[in-house]
Amino acid sequence: MIRVVLPVHLRTLAQIDGELTLKVGSPVTQRSILDALEAAYPMLRGTLRDQVTLRRRPFVRFFACGQDLAHDPPDTPLPAAIATGAEPFLIVGAIAGG
Amino acid sequence: MSAIRLLVGTRKGAFILTSDGRRKNWAVSGPHFGGWEIYHLKGSPADPNRIYASQSSGWFGQVIQRSNDGGKTWAPVGNKFVYDGVPGTHQWYDGTQHPWEFKRVWHLEPSMTDPDTVFAGVEDAALFRSTDGGQTWQPGAGGMCLHTILLDPTDPARIFVAISAAGAFRSDDAGQTWRPINHGLRSDYIPDPTAEVGHCVHRIAMHPSRPRVLFMQKHWDVMRSDDAGDSWHEVSGNLPTDFGFPIEVHAHEPETIYVVPIKSDSEHYPPDGKLRVYRSRAGGNEWEALTKGLPQSDCYVNVLRDAMAVDLLDPCGVYFGTTGGQVYASCDAGDNWSPIVRDLPAVVSVEAQTLP
Repeated sequence: MIRVVLPVHLRTLAQIDGELTLKVGSPVTQRSILDALEAAYPMLRGTLRDQVTLRRRPFVRFFACGQDLAHDPPDTPLPAAIATGAEPFLIVGAIAGG
Repeated sequence: MSAIRLLVGTRKGAFILTSDGRRKNWAVSGPHFGGWEIYHLKGSPADPNRIYASQSSGWFGQVIQRSNDGGKTWAPVGNKFVYDGVPGTHQWYDGTQHPWEFKRVWHLEPSMTDPDTVFAGVEDAALFRSTDGGQTWQPGAGGMCLHTILLDPTDPARIFVAISAAGAFRSDDAGQTWRPINHGLRSDYIPDPTAEVGHCVHRIAMHPSRPRVLFMQKHWDVMRSDDAGDSWHEVSGNLPTDFGFPIEVHAHEPETIYVVPIKSDSEHYPPDGKLRVYRSRAGGNEWEALTKGLPQSDCYVNVLRDAMAVDLLDPCGVYFGTTGGQVYASCDAGDNWSPIVRDLPAVVSVEAQTLP
């Protein structure tokens, strides 16, 4: 299972506490995680990426295994530690606005 | 006894203020959607417990929330706002052409007859309509925002909208086609002061018994039309300044209107530090300052375009919210005011529901 950590406002919107787990087919990529996330929690559609272009929203970032993955292509396989659930996939709201 | 429910949108959440018909003691519920900007909430005239809310964030975009129980519980509905066809471009601040793109919903206007039908006025300016309770949105028209939507209670095909830095527009075919209705407006801050479009209209209002009579608070100037917007004339009269944002009509007196004069477009606060609502009982031109209960010194808040509302009781209740977080109420048509709450986040919108 993939572990995903959402920013607090989206945890509230999705009505979850703490991190969530998702079943994601191989290969595990940003796109496959977001597809599974939006399928399980449709209220998150549009909050992380544009619903038409599927581009990441500007102030949303993806981190995993100590790396900023936000600029990686969405179909690049993620580190094995994400795929095995050893490390969570972190979705982070950028620190912006002072 | 009847009751009043105020739907208050703020920069950091929604609040619901309720009172019985005496309008003296208020209960405060909220924040709902804490931390999110709530540009507007509005209840369905056909089912007051059906309420729509525009929830947005610079980080996470637009969410539309719906309540079926008067705001006790909420559920997110559809938030896919896609412009019709290729929306084209407009000149951006740096001189380059930039595509029109959806940013947020400024105003939600439920149908007068169908709780599942609701219009959304959005930035960049466009009008969307949902006929399934907000689950899906169809574009109806397209750096500006479509902030005012007025539905003609006598003609379902007639819709008025207003767009910042563009003007007022009318459809007589339920949104299929639109035409500008800005004849008579004069804006000295644009290249052609009497241009057909380009006027910064801040809000328009109508009394439901006279849908051809419209009142407008423009960037500067308070205006009136007696022919459904075909022509406008100025009714600023003796106002201390005719800049402002909201304009509202008394529930039972179609010639009684309210504005909140603001010093200027570069100083978004009341003149002389005095928060004054101005009332005209003559449909404009002759205005009186309403000050009892409002701060008359050192007050530098603003009142935004959707942050004033009236209830349907007699005498008419008038309400407005400020960027300082106060929501003021008058239960005697503006003669006397008192704060319901003083310390909310900056208030963006106030709507009043009169409940049986």
